[in-house]
Amino acid sequence: MSAFIKAISYYLPEKIYSNEDLVREFPEWSVEKVAIKVGINQRHIAAENETAADMGFAAANQLLNEYGIDKSSIDFVLLCTQSPDYFLPTSACIIQNRLGLRTDIGALDFNQGCSGFIYGLSLAKGLIAAGLAGNVLLITSETYSKYIHKRDKGNRTIFGDAAAATLISTDGFARILNFSLGTDGRGAGNLIVKTGGSRCINPKNKITCDEDGNPVSPDHLFMNGTEIFNFTLETVPVLVKDTLGRNCLLQDDIDLFVFHQANKYMMEFLRKYLKISREKFYYYLENVGNTVSSTIPIALKEAINDGTISSGKKVLLAGFGVGYSWGGTILNF
Amino acid sequence: MELINFVKDFAELFEETDANFFKPSTKFRDIEEWSSLVALSVIAMAFVKYKVRLSGDDIRKSLTIEDIFNIVKAKQ
Repeated sequence: MSAFIKAISYYLPEKIYSNEDLVREFPEWSVEKVAIKVGINQRHIAAENETAADMGFAAANQLLNEYGIDKSSIDFVLLCTQSPDYFLPTSACIIQNRLGLRTDIGALDFNQGCSGFIYGLSLAKGLIAAGLAGNVLLITSETYSKYIHKRDKGNRTIFGDAAAATLISTDGFARILNFSLGTDGRGAGNLIVKTGGSRCINPKNKITCDEDGNPVSPDHLFMNGTEIFNFTLETVPVLVKDTLGRNCLLQDDIDLFVFHQANKYMMEFLRKYLKISREKFYYYLENVGNTVSSTIPIALKEAINDGTISSGKKVLLAGFGVGYSWGGTILNF
Repeated sequence: MELINFVKDFAELFEETDANFFKPSTKFRDIEEWSSLVALSVIAMAFVKYKVRLSGDDIRKSLTIEDIFNIVKAKQ
């Protein structure tokens, strides 16, 4: 049975952290120059007491209201997050209850980052194909801001908090075609929060500085930018080729490419390297930043709203990052 | 692979610094325009033009443009 995207909504936390705020905090740094290159003017930041589950709930509520969806029709909840409320229970169970969804449905969290939306689509499609569900609510929600050290200007420039909710169903406006998925755990240490989990449950309270003066701490989000960049250079072109191959399509058959909105610098490099024209490559990060697993659904929503995506278009999605993990698929609108 | 061409490729990664400024012995970290983003450009240039994977450590342990050239050449 085919699976379709039927609805997409997203939620942004109220608090905005602008480039002006960055300049105020880091006057010694050419924030504006860097911000222009990474293509981000502002990002939204979750409130102190606001979690990924709260934001996921808000995004799902928005989806139900915006599309007039009967919540009793939802028969599976998938929550993609790396910032769950608790080790246990599963945040998806909390969201099921808060939304007032039926109790005879499945709900689970899965831990992925920048590839999470693609993985969520693949899981939802599998559930539908197996006849286990007819309306899967896929929520992506992340609060990396809570993991980033206050003085880590690089990551604070790039990342923003957000949640998106997507309904995958047996009918809808975009058919989900075949997937290409990949994993290479050798890259685990290059984007990581080392403490807080079972491997090292207590904080180390240890901070060093990298050559750019950014604090590096096992208690906060660490990103090895050069290694992540290398991973992207090596993986994404192959991912795009494999996604096209698995769908028996050529690059020219694709009307729009919606990649994980990591940062504009990296995306521009990939676009030029893959010889994709500017008109066929979608950016939406200027006002939201890199929202991890929500960048692709947010970009899709905006591309639909501004008319870039319309009926009959083929859109290639590619998510890649922390793990390392990557995935691609094609949507037929 | 010629050093002179590599220095030229390196210079092209900079938008504000005069191309004549770049020599094999130039200590790239002393260039005002140098940043972590330019370091990514060096990695991208090595990948695209020389089919070589440069690591952050490769750049960290280099002082001059020629040092990076030598690493790229050794990896080819």
